[in-house]
Order: sequence, then structure tokens, then C-alpha cells
Amino acid sequence: MPSCKDFLRELSDYLDECLDPSTRQELDRHVQECPSCWVVLDTTKRTLKIYKGCEPQAVPTDLEDRLMAALQKRMAEKKSPS
Amino acid sequence: MTDTEPPSDEQLVDLARNGDDGAFSELVKRYNRRILRVARNITNNAEDSEDVLQETFLKAYTHLDRFEGHSKFYTWLVRIAMNEALMKLRKRKTGKVVSLDEELSTGDDTVTREIAVWDGNPEDQFSQHELRELLDQTVSSLPDGFRTVFILRDVEELSTEETADMLGLSIPAVKSRLLRARLQLREKLTRVFKKKGENAFAFL
Repeated sequence: MPSCKDFLRELSDYLDECLDPSTRQELDRHVQECPSCWVVLDTTKRTLKIYKGCEPQAVPTDLEDRLMAALQKRMAEKKSPS
Repeated sequence: MTDTEPPSDEQLVDLARNGDDGAFSELVKRYNRRILRVARNITNNAEDSEDVLQETFLKAYTHLDRFEGHSKFYTWLVRIAMNEALMKLRKRKTGKVVSLDEELSTGDDTVTREIAVWDGNPEDQFSQHELRELLDQTVSSLPDGFRTVFILRDVEELSTEETADMLGLSIPAVKSRLLRARLQLREKLTRVFKKKGENAFAFL
């Protein structure tokens, strides 16, 4: 039976589902019986979920305008190299 | 492809390579938010991140011929943005070496202290804006070597191999940093989101 430390060490691979089936099964059993590790697993999952679900902020208009202007200048240079 | 489907990245890249600048502008519009987020998260500096955004798309436009299509176009863009952002980060920290390729800690930083369930769904309790500020602030408090790995793996969803390759790290180093980054973020967010009065199991 893996210990809590073993569980923590394997937590990333457990979440990324890249463990061999027997290790996964052992860790599944541990987490069912250990409330602390269950909480760590649950809150880590939720941490990742909110990061993945957070939409990036829109690029401010003035920054986008500057970006497009710089790009158009580069496009024009490419088309008519002096 | 039907008329209603937007063109794929590959189609836009092909068009851009054949001189269709409008197609490249479309790619910029598609990805500028995400590239700005990478730039902000890596440099931790507003001015630097704006430069990184601009340089990334200018370089991508200039060197579009070098994109070989082995990876996704977005992964290629992130690679350019990462190089630019890491250069900025190193410049800001002249004197202090920003090393992404050595062990960051010999201590046991996988210790978990905050073991408490969260109080409901943060997504329901905070506005997108508040949540984004909190998440940005939290991730910016991680050491550079942990933050870069977390951003590439868990925010930009690159593979372990792509992340290792991009940062010049071994696969075990990426995995070890990712675990530490995830646990540190979990710890910090739990302090904010936990139910009042909860810290039920202070061991491990």
C-alpha cells in the first residue's frame, strides 16, 4: 500500500493519466481510504481546472493597433525591399 | 470545408506563405491574446510582455518559411514567444542568473500544509476579471523555473516532451518542476478558497 508521500510523488502522473495500471490502482485505493490525499487530489484538480478554464484577457486596443501597424510596416518592406 | 467553417491554421499559413497578408493578420487575431498571456506570465512585466508580443508576430511573419509543420502553428508561436520572454527575463535580472536547467530546490517542497476542502466553486464566486487577477498574481509568485514549466504544460497545454525541448530540460526535470508548481499553486489557492475554519488534516 503506497504511503501519502508516495501518493504525492506520483500525483502529477496520476493526474496526467500516465501511470501503469497497477500503480494507478494502488493509488486509487490509497486515495479512497485517505481523506487527506483525497482533499489534496481534489483541490489540485480544481487548481488546474480554473487555470485551464481562465480565458486570456483581450489585448488592449492601443497595443493591438501598434502591433498591427508594426506588422503592416514589415509586410510593406517585404513586398518592396529597398 | 463548408462556407461557414473558419479556415484552419494550416490553411491560413499556406495562404500567408503565398503572399496573402490578410491570412497572417487573421492568425495574429486568433492568437494575440494567448501570446500576450504567455509573455505576461513569463516576464512578469507589462512593458516587456508588450515587446514580446510584437517581436513574436514580427519574427513569425519574417520566418514563416521556417515553420515546417512538424508541430502545430500555435506551438511554434509559443516557442518564439518563450525565447523572447526568457531573453527579457534574463536581461531584467542581470547579475542574478536565471537558470532553467538546474535543480531549483533541495528541500522537500512537496509538503502540503493546507489540507482543506474548497468553499464551493471559485468560478461562481468571483468574476472572470477577479479570478484572472488572482490566478496571475498567484502564478507570478512561483520561482521562474517552476512558473515557466507550469505555463507551458498546464496553461498552454504543451506536452512534456515539447516543454522539455523548449526549455532545454530533461523530461524528469519537467515532471519534477510541474509537480512542485502544481502543489505550490494548490497550496496558495487553498488559502484563498478554503472553507472558513477548515484545516482538518495538518499532517503529511
